Amino acid sequence: MTPDVTDGAVTGMAGTGDRNGARETGKSIDTLAIRDLRLRFRGYTETTTVLHGISMRVAPEQRVALVGESGSGKTVIARAILGLLQLLPGAIVNGDIDFEGQDLTGLTTRAWRRLRGVRMSMIFQDPTSSLNPVFTIGEQFHEVHRRADPAIRRSVSGDRAAAILEEVSITEPDRVLESYPFQLSGGMNQRVMIAMAMANEPALLIADEPGTALDVTVQDQTLRLMRRLVDSHRTSVLFISHNLGVVREFADRVYVIYQGRIVEEGPSAAIFRDPRHAYTQALMAAAPRITGGGIPDVSEDEPAFLAPREVHPPEPTPTGDG
Amino acid sequence: MTDRLLELRSVSRTFHLGTRQVRAVNAVTADVRRGECLAVVGESGSGKSTLANLILGVLPPDPGGEIRLEGEILPHRRQRRHRQAIQLVQQNPLSSLNPKRSIGASIRLALDVHGIGDRQDRPARVGALLEEVGLPADFATRPPAALSGGQRQRVAIARALACESGLVVLDEPTSALDVRVQSRVLALLAQLRAQRGLTYVFITHDLSVVRNIADRILVIEAGRVVEVGDTVNLFESPRHPCTRRLISAVPVIGAEEVAFRERVRGLAEGLQEAAGGTG
Repeated sequence: MTPDVTDGAVTGMAGTGDRNGARETGKSIDTLAIRDLRLRFRGYTETTTVLHGISMRVAPEQRVALVGESGSGKTVIARAILGLLQLLPGAIVNGDIDFEGQDLTGLTTRAWRRLRGVRMSMIFQDPTSSLNPVFTIGEQFHEVHRRADPAIRRSVSGDRAAAILEEVSITEPDRVLESYPFQLSGGMNQRVMIAMAMANEPALLIADEPGTALDVTVQDQTLRLMRRLVDSHRTSVLFISHNLGVVREFADRVYVIYQGRIVEEGPSAAIFRDPRHAYTQALMAAAPRITGGGIPDVSEDEPAFLAPREVHPPEPTPTGDG
Repeated sequence: MTDRLLELRSVSRTFHLGTRQVRAVNAVTADVRRGECLAVVGESGSGKSTLANLILGVLPPDPGGEIRLEGEILPHRRQRRHRQAIQLVQQNPLSSLNPKRSIGASIRLALDVHGIGDRQDRPARVGALLEEVGLPADFATRPPAALSGGQRQRVAIARALACESGLVVLDEPTSALDVRVQSRVLALLAQLRAQRGLTYVFITHDLSVVRNIADRILVIEAGRVVEVGDTVNLFESPRHPCTRRLISAVPVIGAEEVAFRERVRGLAEGLQEAAGGTG
């Protein structure tokens, strides 16, 4: 099978133009728009601010990466989008999250159930621990399908599951559907997770450090498969990672987050060609290079890392999307 | 005078899984030279960690294989001095440090077990070890949970240093760390190696780390050594498909790196003859 994924952010960007046109509706409603998202946690003695006003958007069919170090707040953003953060006692969430034009604030539990796992879905870092060990893959697919269609028959679900497993290059889908997660390799489970997250044709896929628990070759294959799948299903992706290289391979647009603040945003190619914010520059300088040059000399956190956000203009594309 | 610190001779390890037998490490013969950093790279399931366990004596090798340290054959049941001579730093310091002990007590335990230094000197020694890995001496009283991932990994390194061994097995020591923290820990490891004349066996699948820290590289696939060479040579002209595949899969960020990787991908796909190929 020939991977249809071309290498590099530059070619990735070239593909952006024709995918950004919001073909389904003809209108340009963002799949996801976050405005001034603030998060504080009430502690015993004090309140800790975790997010200091995050604004970001994911256009239809766009692959957006949120890159930052652990503790920067990237995973809580994902949890806020899924409405899970708001359930925590002690979490104070302010700001707007719009999903396909709908304000998610104050959504009822029932409304959330119609969204989560249906219109928006998530894949996690460690596939083996996110799949349920006591149910077969087939049973878990059925559960996922029932979220969108409660009356779906097991046989119909099985056929649909087999079809999407084939799309992630699983050659014996029927055997996999009868297996338990622990009977499959980590790479196989990761593909199953991706297929399961795509099972209900979500508009938005949130991928939190996918493949980090896997080795490089499996991670590479996983990303190619994921990219092909979201391309053919026209799914928007919010891709959360601490790995710059992986982000460069995968994303059209990048947001760099540091201590709960977006410090730089722009088209992937522009960010990697010309990182402007001190923090982005430090992050890139810290990555060991496969071409050598020694172990990078890494500075401590600097006040400049808290400098205002740098915004790169959109790269010129045929459809002129921003 | 030999410069071979550790010698592996036809070392194998077979696991019996029900009726199936899996030879996780298959007739590995290799040397670790005194003072070098030897990287062991391979995909997951290739046998890297089993090899580490064999070197550490956690697992005995199959009959017929031999592991020598400074020329002496290591017995399957290691004596305390053997265990002291080879130390381990693991990937996840949170699971390798006892959560109920202060980090000072964890380091102190290593000193006590191996009888290093006088009893009354040991608290000061713990402080000195912490400072050597770049942590304040008064961190000794803290539990591991109060430290960041990078700090914990420094503690794990301090504990390995406490045993005053010459050989340290590093099993994915920085894979769980953020990139800036990773580079700092790598710099510390390089500095300690120079200062203390340590020898490292560095197990990882991250080729961009290997490129910048290892002197030599051992590539293993399905338990066998498929390629071994100096780091620079091996990156310039990787011969085995497994090596090429590993290099090709590395996520990179720089334009130069992309070009380099493309060249190796060309090799991997067998298109290189016409294109020529010097770095």
